[in-house]
Amino acid sequence: MTAPFVILAVVTIGGAVAAMTLRKLVHCALALAVCFVGLAGLYLDLNAQFVGLVQVLVYVGAVVILIVFAILLTRHDELPAQTNRTRVAGLGVSAVVFALLAWAVTAGGAQMGAAVAAPEAAMKDIGGALMQKYVLPLEVVGLLLTAALIGAVVIAMEEKKKAR
Amino acid sequence: MTPLNGCLLVSALLFSIGLGGALTRRSAILVLVGIELMLNAANLNFIAFWRYGPHPEALTGVLFVTFSIAIAAAEAAVGLALIQAVYRHAKTTDVNQLDTMKG
Repeated sequence: MTAPFVILAVVTIGGAVAAMTLRKLVHCALALAVCFVGLAGLYLDLNAQFVGLVQVLVYVGAVVILIVFAILLTRHDELPAQTNRTRVAGLGVSAVVFALLAWAVTAGGAQMGAAVAAPEAAMKDIGGALMQKYVLPLEVVGLLLTAALIGAVVIAMEEKKKAR
Repeated sequence: MTPLNGCLLVSALLFSIGLGGALTRRSAILVLVGIELMLNAANLNFIAFWRYGPHPEALTGVLFVTFSIAIAAAEAAVGLALIQAVYRHAKTTDVNQLDTMKG
């Protein structure tokens, strides 16, 4: 538990809480960007430079912008807060899930995670692994992204009223 | 507390926040945001286990997270497109009013 880790964790959790509690949707999207930047910092702190940079590029650069566009394209009359019963039930479920996970983390697995020498993840090794051992999953992900691209355009496209 | 436990606790907290938000917010977009937070919590777990696990030279955690991020991006794009389509149809993104299939 080093100081950078604590700071980044606080930024991440604070961003997540703000993203889920603020009333205005655009503020939520900006808080989400803060949360993702904190997570990218956590990845860098854990010596996973490649994943940290991918996180910034994909999440902060693309997903948050996509969410902002979705907010801009839909109209929002200040939705009233969820009814009290639903809110209490939802918060209760999430609190129980957190308690269970925290108990599992602190009770078991204590033998792992002693100080290990920081692993090296050189870009050359990642590229080699992607091009050799994981080339089939890489191709499948490429196919999936193409399908998602086309599917998203088709779903969001304006329906023509009786073309022809 | 070992560093691994710290990471896992942060990740568990992130997951619970996402779950609570997805269950309690009324805007469909924010429900999607909650799901994204839960996915990110899983990614943080993968990286933490890769960093403190026994065989980091295999790069399994890093590559799994890379693929997971790609799939999460595809999921976000399709999800937001679906929200657009539903909004055009129902003129609202309030999940409480989208109950036409309610029995």
